[in-house]
Amino acid sequence: MGVGPLHIIGNVLASDIRMATPILIAALGLLLVNEAGLLHIGVEGTMLIATLAAVAGSYYTGSVWGGLLCAIIAAGLMGLLFAFLTITLRANQTVVGVAINILGSGLSAAMNRVLFGVSTTIASIDTFKNLPIPGLSKIPVLGTAFFNQMPIVYIAFLLVPVISYFLFKTQPGLNLRAVGENPGAADTLGINVYRTRYIACVVGSMLMGVGGAFLSTGLLTFFSEEMVSGRGYIAIAAVIFGRYKPTGIMFASMIFMAGNVLANLLQVYGVGIPYYFLNMLPYILTVVALAMLGKSTMAPAAQGKPYRRG
Amino acid sequence: MKIDKVKLKSTANRSLTSVGVSVAAVVIALVIGMLLVVAMQKNPMKAFTSMVNGAFGPGYFTETLVKMTPLLLTGISFALCNRCGLTNLGMEGQMYIGALFATLVGAYVTGLPWYIHVPLCLIAGFIGGGLWCLITGLLKVFCGASEIITTVMLNMIAQFLIEYLINGPMIATPGGNPQTKNVLASARLGTLIKGSRLNWGYFIALGCIVLFWLFISRSKKGYEVRVSGMNPTAALYSGINIKKNILLVTFLAGGAAGLAGCIEIMGVQKCIQSAFASGYGFDGIAVSLIGQNSPVGIVFGALLFGAFRAGGNNMMRKAQVPDSIVNVIQALVIIMVIGSQMVLEIMNEQKLRKQARKEA
Repeated sequence: MGVGPLHIIGNVLASDIRMATPILIAALGLLLVNEAGLLHIGVEGTMLIATLAAVAGSYYTGSVWGGLLCAIIAAGLMGLLFAFLTITLRANQTVVGVAINILGSGLSAAMNRVLFGVSTTIASIDTFKNLPIPGLSKIPVLGTAFFNQMPIVYIAFLLVPVISYFLFKTQPGLNLRAVGENPGAADTLGINVYRTRYIACVVGSMLMGVGGAFLSTGLLTFFSEEMVSGRGYIAIAAVIFGRYKPTGIMFASMIFMAGNVLANLLQVYGVGIPYYFLNMLPYILTVVALAMLGKSTMAPAAQGKPYRRG
Repeated sequence: MKIDKVKLKSTANRSLTSVGVSVAAVVIALVIGMLLVVAMQKNPMKAFTSMVNGAFGPGYFTETLVKMTPLLLTGISFALCNRCGLTNLGMEGQMYIGALFATLVGAYVTGLPWYIHVPLCLIAGFIGGGLWCLITGLLKVFCGASEIITTVMLNMIAQFLIEYLINGPMIATPGGNPQTKNVLASARLGTLIKGSRLNWGYFIALGCIVLFWLFISRSKKGYEVRVSGMNPTAALYSGINIKKNILLVTFLAGGAAGLAGCIEIMGVQKCIQSAFASGYGFDGIAVSLIGQNSPVGIVFGALLFGAFRAGGNNMMRKAQVPDSIVNVIQALVIIMVIGSQMVLEIMNEQKLRKQARKEA
């Protein structure tokens, strides 16, 4: 096996892809929510709830897939709450998003205490394992990077073409975007705006939940308070930097996390200072992108505006 | 005359309902929070009494006022932007930068008497937060960038910038705790009551509430700002320069949040530590929401959330109940207040529609 620069490149790429995965899935979920015309700031809180639900589910069912299911359900419920408040009651989406973040932070920490008490020993749970793809994983450099990953990583990257196809090539996808662009017109065409937004919000939140689950039962193997640590905000940045396109979001997540991987690598070699600046990278890039793109950000026209029928 | 009375009665009724709704929301949220305490197999009565005692008990109430101080200012910050039709989510970042400017002046400029040093620090903190938020205003005016997103991004940037500074160039003792040097004694806000942390910053924040009221309800500029927020098209046609107003408001709102960070350093913390402003920014949104963007409302909102923070700390110490419960309670209060406000609005709409149908 190759040891040396190629080997390092393979490993760096592999860890970049692994780190990008939770961001990518959450951002794809957020994309669905955004495209339906909802502005969702509460990604961080939704993911936090899911990290705990995944650990608890894995602990009680004995299977990491059971944990994933719990995470999806928990995140979906958060999505339902967001949808009810912002769609049915037409509440300010930004404020509700902030409330979801505070709720996610508090509830995940509180439920952790309820379920696992104060014991300092971490409950051992089933977690995701690498699933090398026979044959392909033996390819030098690229094999370790692309084909020797955990199942969720494959799912995340497969979701990119799937969601792309859904949004731009299918009727329901078109309807979804119409609702986000001009709900009034969509309504006159017979599209149920409320129902479309509800479904997009719940399904999108479930994807955020998958991202959260991967954090606590894939990347790490336990729950800790505030463990999402800004990844929800990076997902928001990824959607904007990726210009509301699944492929763009994929590259955005990988570029953002490359900074992080590089930072960790530099820390190993004792170069500490740029660490904080590399962590800032996603946010700075997004602000710069917003400044340069201006109004042509491709954001759905009706994003953030509540829809009122009649 | 008669119509005026009816109108007066209906507005009085409405504000009475909104107060009732807020109180009900707090009660329900507290009950749910205590149910969580029961689920943790802790004594809810002990938790509740230690919380109330920690917030309002003798010797503790000053701590509520201490926690209330930054909330007053972040509440003003959010409300001011909101009146102009902007959503400022960046109060936390603005607090960090305000604190940074104040610390630079307070810890590194020496040899000044307190009556010059203190105002200088306050001005520096105001300008720091103001400039940080002005970035958002400029991006909005000249690039059309959504302020909601840019403020969130700037929060994270400010947070990492502070982490870098307190771990690197500004660390008090290299290799020691990640914190800056203490601000000099001449740059500190004196305590009001001996043995407490309550300081003059509290009155500065209350003074800002008065200034906020004067600006928004009694000045021409404030009127322009309100018109720009309520109806940008009308503002445009009446010759109001919306862009200029956005820049002014973002600077002032950022300044208020910057002042919050600055006072926290000069009056309470003495130096910048990691995440010292954690949560104050987003809590400011809740404060302003509960106060419905009005000066008096913000005072009550800040008192409530200050009490939650102080009470939560005491609950953690005395009843060993984690203060994450307080986060849950606060989030539920926000959700229920905003939810019931919308329900009332929808009910009102339906009533009007029915009336219109009857008249037709």
